[in-house]
Amino acid sequence: MSWQALALSVKLALVVSVVLFLIGLPIAYWIAYSRWRWKFLVESIVALPLVLPPTVLGFYLLVAMGTRSPLGRLWLRAFGHSLSFTFEGLVVASLIYSLPFTVQPFAAAFRSVDQQLVHASATLGVSRLRTFARVIVPLSYAGIITGLVLSFAHTLGEFGVVLMVGGNIPGVTRTVSIDIYDQVQSLNYVAANQTALLLLAVSFLTLSVVYAVNRKVWAL
Amino acid sequence: MKIWRLWPPLLAISVLAWSAPGEITVAAASDLTFALTEIAHRFEQKTGTRVKVAFGSSGNFFAQIQNGATFDVFFSADVDYPRKLAAGGLAVAPTLWVYGTGRIVLWVPSGSPVNLGRMGMKALLDPSVAKIAIANPAHAPYGHAAKSALENLKLYDQVRDKLVLGENISQTAQFVESGNAQIGILALSLALAPTLKDKGTYWEIPADSYPPIEQAAIIPTAATDKTLARAFLDYVRTPEAQAILHEYGFQPPAGKP
Repeated sequence: MSWQALALSVKLALVVSVVLFLIGLPIAYWIAYSRWRWKFLVESIVALPLVLPPTVLGFYLLVAMGTRSPLGRLWLRAFGHSLSFTFEGLVVASLIYSLPFTVQPFAAAFRSVDQQLVHASATLGVSRLRTFARVIVPLSYAGIITGLVLSFAHTLGEFGVVLMVGGNIPGVTRTVSIDIYDQVQSLNYVAANQTALLLLAVSFLTLSVVYAVNRKVWAL
Repeated sequence: MKIWRLWPPLLAISVLAWSAPGEITVAAASDLTFALTEIAHRFEQKTGTRVKVAFGSSGNFFAQIQNGATFDVFFSADVDYPRKLAAGGLAVAPTLWVYGTGRIVLWVPSGSPVNLGRMGMKALLDPSVAKIAIANPAHAPYGHAAKSALENLKLYDQVRDKLVLGENISQTAQFVESGNAQIGILALSLALAPTLKDKGTYWEIPADSYPPIEQAAIIPTAATDKTLARAFLDYVRTPEAQAILHEYGFQPPAGKP
């Protein structure tokens, strides 16, 4: 069993879900409450990673990060090294790839908050930001936890994009799903099975948490 | 007309499409992408038999055939996989045939500051090289050869931190071609392929620095049409098809002309 790969995946999933939490809140709030006519376009963009094959995202990222693209050259000039084949590169890729798994549950939860409470807060002269923090977020706990757990689990199990832009460097970009793939390719079915089983257990546990939260097994 | 009336004809069409006569499905290592596409095309023109070729990693195909995939011919980039199939009784007995030997090359995209002709293997140590792409030595035959060459030429320890691993030799080429890695160790067959030929330069790594990459074909016992499979394999043995293989950098098997 390769603990290094598992540890790397957990680290990646943690970083990604924390960052997604931070950028997911405002995006989801905007999606839940904006009345802009073209909002559906933004919603479609956010949902794109759900329907696009990882190959599409992986291919575009590979091209964008390469030094043949203006973006890749800009990054190289700014940071002195290319984004491809790095942990940061995987973070960027995973942020895009897991975005809908955070934003959609967040937005659904925000939308289902009783608007009378929001209006009451407004009539009492409370700012919108404070209303968001004190009324909307506490009432959306289940949705927020769902979003966080899903983005964590989805990043943990991410494969295609990592395969295409990672470069399979041990400890840097060799995530657990890549490791399992390598084991299968090398016909080490026993090792593959051990890691795969562990990942299966972790994923089942994560999803159980989500569904338990949503059924209010523990009153949150 | 009721919609369910369409069901029998639709079923019939799909069954016919499934078992179209005069058609074989071939699994081939991705280093054969260009050579075998051309060979299959000529075979189709000559015989009218349709050849569908799936290109991918030899290891994947091996696992699929072991699990009952019905490929008619399997072209592996590594002779070990067909050998294992034969040993496991999953291949038609006398069909294992080494059809060529693959070569590895250093490859840089055009515009690279590295001069391969002058520097040879030392190009890997050039300061402009941040990442070196090779195929995964754990399971890709060309990756295994690349690693052996680096070790034998006493370069492995100096470059190991710069290595990025492609899942197969085509992906390794992508890494370099897209500018994400500055140099790569690729199959000669890819360096000569139309998609890469004009985009960079290559330098052949001395053949004595790595074990020969023997490529072999076999007809699995699960093949749907063994007669056509044999006919195709026979065609690949003809001088005409051999010339195409040679053109894409496959050397004739060692010990034979």
